[in-house]
Amino acid sequence: MTRADAEQIAASPEAVAARLAASRYLADDSLATAIFLAIRLGKPLLLEGAPGVGKTEAAKAVAELLGRELVRLQCYEGIDAGHALYEWNYQRQLLAIRHAGEHEIDIYDDRFLIARPLLQVLRAPEQRVLLVDEIDRSDHEFEALLLEFLSDFQISIPERGTIRAETQPIVILTSNRTRELAEALRRRCVYHWIGYPDAAREAQIIMLRSGHVAEATARAVANAVQQIRARPLAKPPGIAEAVEWANAATILEKGGSPWSDAFRRAIGVLIKDEEDLSAIAPELGRIVEEALA
Amino acid sequence: MRDLTELTTSWHRPPISQMHGESLPHAAAPFLGFARLLRHHAFAIAPEQVTSFMQAVTLLGPRSMNDIHEAALATLAPSPDRRSEFEAHFRGYFYGNAKPSIEGEEDEETRVKDDRGTREEESRTVRQEKGGELSSALEQLSSRDFQRDADGLGSFRRRLASALPARRSFRTTRTRSRGILDLRRSLSEIVSADGDIPAPLLRRRQTVPRKFLLLIDVSGSMKLHTADYLKLAHAAVQGADRAEVFTFGTRLTRITSALRIRDRDQALARASALVDDWDGGTRMGPTLLAFLSVPRFSAFARGAAVVILSDALERGDHADLETAIRRLSARAFRLSLATPLAGDPRFRPATAALRAILPVLDDLVDGSSVRSLTHFILSLARPAQAAEAIWKRVS
Repeated sequence: MTRADAEQIAASPEAVAARLAASRYLADDSLATAIFLAIRLGKPLLLEGAPGVGKTEAAKAVAELLGRELVRLQCYEGIDAGHALYEWNYQRQLLAIRHAGEHEIDIYDDRFLIARPLLQVLRAPEQRVLLVDEIDRSDHEFEALLLEFLSDFQISIPERGTIRAETQPIVILTSNRTRELAEALRRRCVYHWIGYPDAAREAQIIMLRSGHVAEATARAVANAVQQIRARPLAKPPGIAEAVEWANAATILEKGGSPWSDAFRRAIGVLIKDEEDLSAIAPELGRIVEEALA
Repeated sequence: MRDLTELTTSWHRPPISQMHGESLPHAAAPFLGFARLLRHHAFAIAPEQVTSFMQAVTLLGPRSMNDIHEAALATLAPSPDRRSEFEAHFRGYFYGNAKPSIEGEEDEETRVKDDRGTREEESRTVRQEKGGELSSALEQLSSRDFQRDADGLGSFRRRLASALPARRSFRTTRTRSRGILDLRRSLSEIVSADGDIPAPLLRRRQTVPRKFLLLIDVSGSMKLHTADYLKLAHAAVQGADRAEVFTFGTRLTRITSALRIRDRDQALARASALVDDWDGGTRMGPTLLAFLSVPRFSAFARGAAVVILSDALERGDHADLETAIRRLSARAFRLSLATPLAGDPRFRPATAALRAILPVLDDLVDGSSVRSLTHFILSLARPAQAAEAIWKRVS
């Protein structure tokens, strides 16, 4: 898919939102606009938000919307160029040297090069979307490396020279905001903060994602989850957990328990912290009753 | 579009009056003006962001005010903490509301303040309404800043980075012994030696110092010590790569970046100006819970050496404090409480709050003087008996 095709798909924010919905991702206007702008301006898209609001899912949906393959680079502390850019396959190189004997051999050939995510994307910018996940987990050195990559879309391999992307690839970065990102990085990106959705949208998301949950159930789950998030929990439930809860409760209800009971028994898929469970336990019955009403 | 771009990339050069001159397309002026307004209110807006803002507006139509709003959000990227302030400016500027009323949402929850948003000018003005015996730490500090290293903080600063507990990093370092084969370097060595295999080169995972988190109680009961504690905190931030400092009383304030200033007096002046709850009451439990409920902050505690400087005199119910300390200790590598009360040899952890939290504390030590504190912090890497065992033996 060429750049022109991509621009055609992203004709307007509404078109983007519609295509995202077709790939089972419900984006609000603001996110659809941000994605539209990122594609059209040719800038990376930086998504920030609490854990579990669907940042990674958004990236997957964008890849699907453009009909491209998603290449994911999961960040962690200490990630370095060898994990992100490229690495030589040293064992094969050694073997090849021994095998070649007296013949000349180019040990910096393509078959000895292991392409890591950033290089993979550079080689086929029009077939791939790059997702740099949880960039806040990496350290400052890696952020600087990424900054260089994002500004020129090129990688220098000393043995091979510089590899440059023919067209600008589409890049999505996500961050849980456990630390502040460098201003230079924020500046280069189109930025969007994903918050928790409101109850109506969350109910829609639950129905879209789970498949076999009834509308009334989805709405009840959405209401209850909103209530639970309003409490000071160590780990507020994300959207994925809400979907799981709706699924689990539906299964239990089919097995014969009444709704309120099913919700209470399935709470383990929604809240995964012992202290949070004991904090919410006394109120849970009331929250579920209210949500079901 | 092209001329807009050219204009904006060079926009920081010409004075403002010229910007409104003949060269600027009429329709573009408001967007530049808005960026200027934001800069005036200490939002960091780069020229290229203004360019993309205008490009985005052009791309979107703009069909409505909402489009401009979305474009501004996406390209000017206000940080979520200052979002409401940004909205107020936006309304004030584009809708012409007479005066943007910028008030942080007053909530009944514990207020959390991060020092990133403050402006240079603001932090220079120091709170002056303090008087009498309630003089702020700043005033106490300014009166005796001439003895530089009398309190041993200089050597503390230099020794801290190597004295903190360490962990193994994912990065590797070259080594001569005890390591795994470094194929990358070995291979290039082999190639340059024309196929000969010299001694293999080794690498080993590096050790890096753990994060260091200092939580300082600034309530009234700690008044005598807060000045010393801030000096200590400054030395810690200067000495360790990844140190974070928060103060708590009735509120939680992050003062790390104020303390990054090298000059101690200046750093402390700025830090004191940030803290709003000097010498007030303590709500230790709720503020620590507030600390933990901000994912960004609680991530500082993960795997870190955490030292709380407080007397842990929690008024009323201590259930919150117990929960907070338990959660903190689950995240931290080592959790220590330094209380000035322990300077007294007759001190025993006898209050209900202290008894409740003692089992989860790694250390409960004397925090009455800088000397004992620095000595303790520099010994954090060495294993010690659990606080409970030590104090059981004493009593």
